[in-house]
Amino acid sequence: MGTEAKKQIIDVGDGAAIPRKSDRGLFTAWRIAFFGAIGTIGYLVWSKPDPYLNIIKFVPDGIAVTFQVTLGAILLAIVIGLVTGLGRISKNRFFNGVASLYVEVIRGIPLLVQIFYIYYALGTIVKVPAILSAIIAMAVCYGAYMGEVVRAGIESIAKGQREAALSLGMNGRQTMIHVILPQAVKVILPPVGNEFIALLKDSSLVSIIAVADLLRRGREYASESFTYFETYTVIALIYLIITLFFSKIIGVMEERVSVNK
Amino acid sequence: MSTNSRRKMVEAKEIIKVYGSFRALDRVSLDIYDGEKVVIIGPSGSGKSTLLRSINRLEEIDRGTIVVDGMDLYDPKTDITKVREEVGMVFQSFNLFPHKTVLENLTLAQTVVRKRSKQEAEEKAMMLLERVGLAAKAKSYPGKLSGGQQQRVAIARSLAMDPKLMLFDEPTSALDPEMIGEVLDVMKDLAKEGMTMAVVTHEMGFAREVADRVIFMDAGRIVEEGTPEHFFTAPTHERAKLFLSQIL
Repeated sequence: MGTEAKKQIIDVGDGAAIPRKSDRGLFTAWRIAFFGAIGTIGYLVWSKPDPYLNIIKFVPDGIAVTFQVTLGAILLAIVIGLVTGLGRISKNRFFNGVASLYVEVIRGIPLLVQIFYIYYALGTIVKVPAILSAIIAMAVCYGAYMGEVVRAGIESIAKGQREAALSLGMNGRQTMIHVILPQAVKVILPPVGNEFIALLKDSSLVSIIAVADLLRRGREYASESFTYFETYTVIALIYLIITLFFSKIIGVMEERVSVNK
Repeated sequence: MSTNSRRKMVEAKEIIKVYGSFRALDRVSLDIYDGEKVVIIGPSGSGKSTLLRSINRLEEIDRGTIVVDGMDLYDPKTDITKVREEVGMVFQSFNLFPHKTVLENLTLAQTVVRKRSKQEAEEKAMMLLERVGLAAKAKSYPGKLSGGQQQRVAIARSLAMDPKLMLFDEPTSALDPEMIGEVLDVMKDLAKEGMTMAVVTHEMGFAREVADRVIFMDAGRIVEEGTPEHFFTAPTHERAKLFLSQIL
């Protein structure tokens, strides 16, 4: 509950500490990894078109699906996280209790198990496409983490802000909408970016429930051509390039926000 | 001048506030009359801020009653936001909204709470900024202002709601010495215009000049109460004598 724990929730990044702010030189870890990965793929395709070029041609559909799942899940997770975060700080005992229970339960179950569970549980009630149940599963899981990010962000806003708004006659809702949340967004943005990248990587888990994402497409290709090593090399490099690309964008966004302060 | 014939703006009776086993307020009663300027002084931890903050219910009391402008704060039928609309508050740490410009700081509650039009709110805001000498800073963000300027904006922000009573919680304690004067000047002007004010401060010069009544608190109680002349020249209570000897 102390500031230590709060800080952790805000600062902890799942690999998104790359690029570090201190990385200024030409050969930063980020540049070596990013351009190295692109160069490696380029070299492999050029030197051994079969199977590498074939693999490259086969997987783009999967990349699109990976993005669909990631984007859909993160947007839904932000909505769930906002409601959960508000619930966690709510004085309404029911709302607070439900939100806390949700966070505790979700954080205690592995994501892979949740994906299976939601896929088959949903399947017994309604017939939904695998991709939709994948998005829901990812969002339900990440919504819990996002809820903690939102809660920490709101709690990081000084108590005086709330008091000033209340003393002007604003009610709790007006205070939240006009004073607290606009300031909390700036605090929340970097950890949300980290969650996005973590979710992007974790989205590979949905390949297990017949969603044709990047990993799934790779497995399909590999099992037909028996080029397991080559295929998974390319898949790993593509994930690496995508992840590094977004971590860079998020790093830049973070800097913008802190400068505009 | 008989203050008893005037209307009571604040009527606090026998209020008790407890933090754990510590009594922050110990059966404090205080009336503030319409137009009166009350200055509350005392050593730190004596309960003066707690008393002030209980008047607009930023601090919940455990016992007693507080009636502000005819509204009982703890009557379930009372809408506390209605009370707060009438009671302005200025904080030690200014508490301006950093994500809004100076002008927006002044118009936010006017439009959201008082439901004034944007134009009306901005006219009112500019008039008040003019009055505290900061019209030129209307488009600036609070972070670009000095402490003294921020506090003047904070006062203007409260005044924009047309309060009937203004509470000041150590408004100059966080300021560099050279900025204290500009804030006190704004408060003195406000006092001259007849605003009802309750001020917690360590500025004894201000207390002498402006106060109708000085209240001295110690250990959660009001131990001495009187006109500034009486209080500063002939305090009766030992604790008050000691306090004055330490700070004057």
